[in-house]
Amino acid sequence: MLTISHYLILSFILFSIGVAGVLLRRNIIIVLMSLELIFNSVNISLAAFSYYLQSLNGTIFVVFNITVAAAEVAIGLAILVSVYRTRKTVNVEDLDEMRY
Amino acid sequence: MEQLFFYIFALVAIVSAVLVVSVRNAVHSAFYLIICLLQVAAIFILLRSPFLAAVQVFIYVGAVMVLFLFAVMVLDIGREKTKDYIHSQWLPAVGVIIALLLVLGYLVKGGKLSAELGIYNEAVLAKNTEVIGKALFTQYIFPFEVVSLLLLVALVGAIVLVMKDKTRPRKNNGVGS
Repeated sequence: MLTISHYLILSFILFSIGVAGVLLRRNIIIVLMSLELIFNSVNISLAAFSYYLQSLNGTIFVVFNITVAAAEVAIGLAILVSVYRTRKTVNVEDLDEMRY
Repeated sequence: MEQLFFYIFALVAIVSAVLVVSVRNAVHSAFYLIICLLQVAAIFILLRSPFLAAVQVFIYVGAVMVLFLFAVMVLDIGREKTKDYIHSQWLPAVGVIIALLLVLGYLVKGGKLSAELGIYNEAVLAKNTEVIGKALFTQYIFPFEVVSLLLLVALVGAIVLVMKDKTRPRKNNGVGS
Protein backbone atom coordinates (compact mmCIF):
# COMPACT_ATOMS: atom_id res chain seq x y z
CA MET A 1 0.00 0.00 0.00
CA LEU A 2 1.44 3.32 -1.06
CA THR A 3 1.12 6.08 1.47
CA ILE A 4 1.73 9.78 1.13
CA SER A 5 5.10 9.32 2.85
CA HIS A 6 6.42 7.38 -0.16
CA TYR A 7 5.69 10.29 -2.46
CA LEU A 8 6.95 12.86 0.03
CA ILE A 9 10.23 11.03 0.56
CA LEU A 10 10.75 10.75 -3.20
CA SER A 11 9.95 14.45 -3.54
CA PHE A 12 12.40 15.42 -0.79
CA ILE A 13 15.19 13.29 -2.24
CA LEU A 14 14.70 14.95 -5.63
CA PHE A 15 14.58 18.37 -3.93
CA SER A 16 17.88 17.72 -2.17
CA ILE A 17 19.52 16.56 -5.40
CA GLY A 18 18.27 19.75 -7.06
CA VAL A 19 19.65 21.92 -4.27
CA ALA A 20 22.95 20.06 -4.56
CA GLY A 21 23.04 20.84 -8.27
CA VAL A 22 22.33 24.52 -7.70
CA LEU A 23 25.00 24.83 -5.01
CA LEU A 24 27.69 22.59 -6.44
CA ARG A 25 27.83 23.05 -10.20
CA ARG A 26 29.64 25.93 -11.89
CA ASN A 27 27.99 25.73 -15.30
CA ILE A 28 25.04 28.13 -15.16
CA ILE A 29 22.89 26.10 -17.56
CA ILE A 30 23.13 23.06 -15.29
CA VAL A 31 22.17 25.29 -12.38
CA LEU A 32 19.00 26.16 -14.31
CA MET A 33 18.35 22.46 -14.99
CA SER A 34 18.67 21.75 -11.28
CA LEU A 35 16.08 24.46 -10.68
CA GLU A 36 13.75 22.48 -12.93
CA LEU A 37 14.43 19.42 -10.78
CA ILE A 38 13.39 21.40 -7.71
CA PHE A 39 10.20 22.55 -9.45
CA ASN A 40 9.38 18.94 -10.29
CA SER A 41 9.93 17.65 -6.79
CA VAL A 42 7.58 20.32 -5.45
CA ASN A 43 5.02 19.34 -8.10
CA ILE A 44 5.18 15.69 -6.98
CA SER A 45 4.56 16.68 -3.40
CA LEU A 46 1.65 18.99 -4.32
CA ALA A 47 0.03 16.30 -6.47
CA ALA A 48 0.48 13.73 -3.69
CA PHE A 49 -1.19 15.99 -1.15
CA SER A 50 -3.96 16.68 -3.63
CA TYR A 51 -4.61 12.97 -4.13
CA TYR A 52 -4.44 11.91 -0.51
CA LEU A 53 -6.54 14.82 0.78
CA GLN A 54 -9.01 14.33 -2.09
CA SER A 55 -8.87 18.01 -2.87
CA LEU A 56 -8.33 19.65 -6.23
CA ASN A 57 -6.32 22.64 -5.03
CA GLY A 58 -2.96 20.90 -5.29
CA THR A 59 -3.60 19.75 -8.85
CA ILE A 60 -4.63 23.24 -9.95
CA PHE A 61 -1.54 24.61 -8.23
CA VAL A 62 0.65 22.17 -10.15
CA VAL A 63 -0.84 23.44 -13.42
CA PHE A 64 -0.01 27.03 -12.46
CA ASN A 65 3.40 25.92 -11.24
CA ILE A 66 4.25 24.34 -14.59
CA THR A 67 3.17 27.53 -16.37
CA VAL A 68 5.32 29.70 -14.13
CA ALA A 69 8.24 27.29 -14.64
CA ALA A 70 7.90 27.64 -18.41
CA ALA A 71 7.94 31.44 -18.11
CA GLU A 72 10.91 31.24 -15.75
CA VAL A 73 12.89 29.08 -18.17
CA ALA A 74 12.18 31.41 -21.09
CA ILE A 75 13.34 34.47 -19.15
CA GLY A 76 16.24 32.63 -17.51
CA LEU A 77 17.64 31.37 -20.79
CA ALA A 78 17.19 34.81 -22.38
CA ILE A 79 19.18 36.36 -19.53
CA LEU A 80 21.73 33.56 -19.93
CA VAL A 81 22.15 34.30 -23.64
CA SER A 82 22.64 38.02 -23.05
CA VAL A 83 25.10 37.34 -20.21
CA TYR A 84 27.04 35.03 -22.49
CA ARG A 85 27.12 37.67 -25.20
CA THR A 86 28.59 40.30 -22.90
CA ARG A 87 30.90 38.15 -20.75
CA LYS A 88 31.70 35.11 -22.92
CA THR A 89 31.42 32.83 -19.91
CA VAL A 90 28.89 30.50 -18.34
CA ASN A 91 30.88 29.88 -15.19
CA VAL A 92 28.98 30.98 -12.10
CA GLU A 93 32.14 31.91 -10.25
CA ASP A 94 33.17 34.39 -12.94
CA LEU A 95 29.95 36.35 -12.50
CA ASP A 96 30.90 37.87 -9.16
CA GLU A 97 30.45 41.60 -9.79
CA MET A 98 27.86 41.98 -7.05
CA ARG A 99 29.92 40.16 -4.45
CA TYR A 100 30.84 42.27 -1.41
CA MET B 1 1.73 -4.06 -8.37
CA GLU B 2 1.27 -0.34 -8.03
CA GLN B 3 3.99 -0.31 -5.40
CA LEU B 4 6.39 -2.11 -7.72
CA PHE B 5 5.81 0.48 -10.44
CA PHE B 6 6.24 3.30 -7.93
CA TYR B 7 9.62 1.92 -6.87
CA ILE B 8 10.73 1.51 -10.49
CA PHE B 9 9.75 5.08 -11.38
CA ALA B 10 11.25 6.50 -8.20
CA LEU B 11 14.53 4.64 -8.66
CA VAL B 12 14.93 5.73 -12.28
CA ALA B 13 13.99 9.31 -11.37
CA ILE B 14 16.53 9.51 -8.55
CA VAL B 15 19.33 7.90 -10.55
CA SER B 16 18.76 10.19 -13.53
CA ALA B 17 18.52 13.23 -11.22
CA VAL B 18 21.89 12.34 -9.70
CA LEU B 19 23.29 11.99 -13.22
CA VAL B 20 21.88 15.43 -14.16
CA VAL B 21 23.95 17.12 -11.49
CA SER B 22 27.04 14.94 -11.85
CA VAL B 23 27.61 14.57 -15.60
CA ARG B 24 30.03 17.02 -17.18
CA ASN B 25 28.54 17.43 -20.63
CA ALA B 26 25.57 19.82 -20.60
CA VAL B 27 23.80 17.97 -23.44
CA HIS B 28 23.99 14.64 -21.58
CA SER B 29 22.69 16.43 -18.52
CA ALA B 30 19.70 17.70 -20.51
CA PHE B 31 18.89 14.19 -21.74
CA TYR B 32 19.05 12.76 -18.23
CA LEU B 33 16.74 15.55 -17.15
CA ILE B 34 14.29 14.46 -19.86
CA ILE B 35 14.33 10.92 -18.41
CA CYS B 36 13.71 12.31 -14.93
CA LEU B 37 10.78 14.45 -16.14
CA LEU B 38 9.19 11.45 -17.88
CA GLN B 39 9.40 9.47 -14.63
CA VAL B 40 7.71 12.35 -12.83
CA ALA B 41 4.94 12.22 -15.45
CA ALA B 42 4.53 8.50 -14.71
CA ILE B 43 4.27 9.29 -11.02
CA PHE B 44 1.50 11.79 -11.80
CA ILE B 45 -0.37 8.91 -13.45
CA LEU B 46 0.10 6.84 -10.28
CA LEU B 47 -1.44 9.79 -8.41
CA ARG B 48 -4.55 9.51 -10.64
CA SER B 49 -4.03 12.74 -12.55
CA PRO B 50 -3.36 11.87 -16.19
CA PHE B 51 -4.02 15.50 -17.11
CA LEU B 52 -0.94 16.57 -15.15
CA ALA B 53 1.09 13.82 -16.79
CA ALA B 54 0.07 15.03 -20.24
CA VAL B 55 0.85 18.64 -19.33
CA GLN B 56 4.19 17.55 -17.91
CA VAL B 57 5.12 15.73 -21.11
CA PHE B 58 3.92 18.53 -23.39
CA ILE B 59 5.36 21.51 -21.56
CA TYR B 60 8.44 20.16 -19.79
CA VAL B 61 9.67 17.48 -22.17
CA GLY B 62 8.30 19.17 -25.27
CA ALA B 63 8.96 22.85 -24.72
CA VAL B 64 11.29 23.47 -21.81
CA MET B 65 13.86 20.84 -22.67
CA VAL B 66 13.92 21.90 -26.32
CA LEU B 67 14.59 25.42 -25.07
CA PHE B 68 17.44 24.10 -22.91
CA LEU B 69 19.00 22.14 -25.76
CA PHE B 70 18.63 25.18 -28.01
CA ALA B 71 20.40 27.33 -25.43
CA VAL B 72 23.21 24.77 -25.13
CA MET B 73 23.56 24.81 -28.91
CA VAL B 74 23.51 28.62 -29.18
CA LEU B 75 25.97 29.13 -26.35
CA ASP B 76 28.36 26.50 -27.65
CA ILE B 77 29.11 25.17 -24.19
CA GLY B 78 28.43 21.54 -24.97
CA ARG B 79 32.10 20.93 -25.56
CA GLU B 80 33.36 23.10 -22.75
CA LYS B 81 36.00 21.14 -20.92
CA THR B 82 36.50 22.63 -17.52
CA LYS B 83 38.75 20.56 -15.33
CA ASP B 84 37.02 21.43 -12.07
CA TYR B 85 33.29 21.58 -12.65
CA ILE B 86 32.44 21.63 -8.96
CA HIS B 87 31.93 25.01 -7.32
CA SER B 88 34.69 26.02 -4.91
CA GLN B 89 32.16 26.48 -2.09
CA TRP B 90 31.45 22.74 -2.05
CA LEU B 91 32.18 22.19 1.64
CA PRO B 92 29.50 24.57 3.05
CA ALA B 93 27.19 23.44 0.25
CA VAL B 94 27.45 19.78 1.31
CA GLY B 95 26.80 20.86 4.89
CA VAL B 96 23.67 22.72 3.81
CA ILE B 97 22.42 19.71 1.81
CA ILE B 98 22.93 17.28 4.70
CA ALA B 99 21.18 19.66 7.11
CA LEU B 100 18.31 20.01 4.63
CA LEU B 101 17.98 16.22 4.35
CA LEU B 102 17.93 15.88 8.14
CA VAL B 103 15.25 18.54 8.56
CA LEU B 104 13.10 17.10 5.77
CA GLY B 105 13.43 13.57 7.14
CA TYR B 106 12.42 14.75 10.58
CA LEU B 107 9.40 16.57 9.16
CA VAL B 108 8.25 13.58 7.07
CA LYS B 109 8.69 11.21 10.00
CA GLY B 110 6.86 13.39 12.52
CA GLY B 111 4.13 14.87 10.32
CA LYS B 112 0.64 13.50 9.93
CA LEU B 113 -2.32 14.54 7.82
CA SER B 114 -4.85 16.38 9.91
CA ALA B 115 -6.95 18.14 7.29
CA GLU B 116 -10.31 16.63 6.44
CA LEU B 117 -10.88 14.88 3.14
CA GLY B 118 -12.46 16.75 0.26
CA ILE B 119 -15.04 15.62 -2.26
CA TYR B 120 -12.66 14.67 -5.06
CA ASN B 121 -12.30 10.96 -4.45
CA GLU B 122 -11.15 8.45 -7.01
CA ALA B 123 -14.57 8.05 -8.64
CA VAL B 124 -14.85 11.80 -9.26
CA LEU B 125 -11.27 12.00 -10.49
CA ALA B 126 -11.97 9.37 -13.15
CA LYS B 127 -13.04 12.27 -15.36
CA ASN B 128 -9.82 14.05 -14.59
CA THR B 129 -9.54 16.62 -17.35
CA GLU B 130 -13.19 17.58 -17.11
CA VAL B 131 -13.00 18.15 -13.36
CA ILE B 132 -9.82 20.21 -13.64
CA GLY B 133 -11.17 22.23 -16.54
CA LYS B 134 -14.36 23.08 -14.68
CA ALA B 135 -12.44 24.18 -11.60
CA LEU B 136 -9.96 26.15 -13.67
CA PHE B 137 -12.61 28.11 -15.54
CA THR B 138 -14.96 28.78 -12.63
CA GLN B 139 -13.33 28.86 -9.23
CA TYR B 140 -9.79 29.68 -10.38
CA ILE B 141 -10.56 31.98 -13.30
CA PHE B 142 -8.71 34.97 -11.83
CA PRO B 143 -5.36 33.21 -11.24
CA PHE B 144 -5.81 31.64 -14.67
CA GLU B 145 -6.01 35.08 -16.28
CA VAL B 146 -3.08 36.36 -14.22
CA VAL B 147 -0.96 33.42 -15.32
CA SER B 148 -1.84 33.99 -18.97
CA LEU B 149 -0.72 37.62 -18.59
CA LEU B 150 2.49 36.37 -16.97
CA LEU B 151 3.16 34.12 -19.95
CA LEU B 152 2.66 37.06 -22.31
CA VAL B 153 5.07 39.20 -20.29
CA ALA B 154 7.62 36.38 -20.25
CA LEU B 155 7.32 35.97 -24.02
CA VAL B 156 7.85 39.68 -24.69
CA GLY B 157 10.61 39.86 -22.09
CA ALA B 158 12.51 36.93 -23.59
CA ILE B 159 12.35 38.47 -27.06
CA VAL B 160 13.47 41.89 -25.80
CA LEU B 161 16.34 40.42 -23.79
CA VAL B 162 17.93 38.54 -26.68
CA MET B 163 17.10 41.08 -29.41
CA LYS B 164 20.05 42.73 -31.06
CA ASP B 165 19.74 46.48 -30.73
CA LYS B 166 20.02 47.93 -34.22
CA THR B 167 17.92 51.09 -34.10
CA ARG B 168 19.51 52.99 -31.25
CA PRO B 169 23.19 53.96 -31.29
CA ARG B 170 24.96 52.14 -28.52
CA LYS B 171 26.26 54.31 -25.70
CA ASN B 172 28.34 51.75 -23.83
CA ASN B 173 30.87 50.67 -26.42
CA GLY B 174 32.21 47.16 -26.24
CA VAL B 175 29.31 45.85 -24.19
CA GLY B 176 26.66 43.90 -26.01
CA SER B 177 27.02 41.88 -29.11
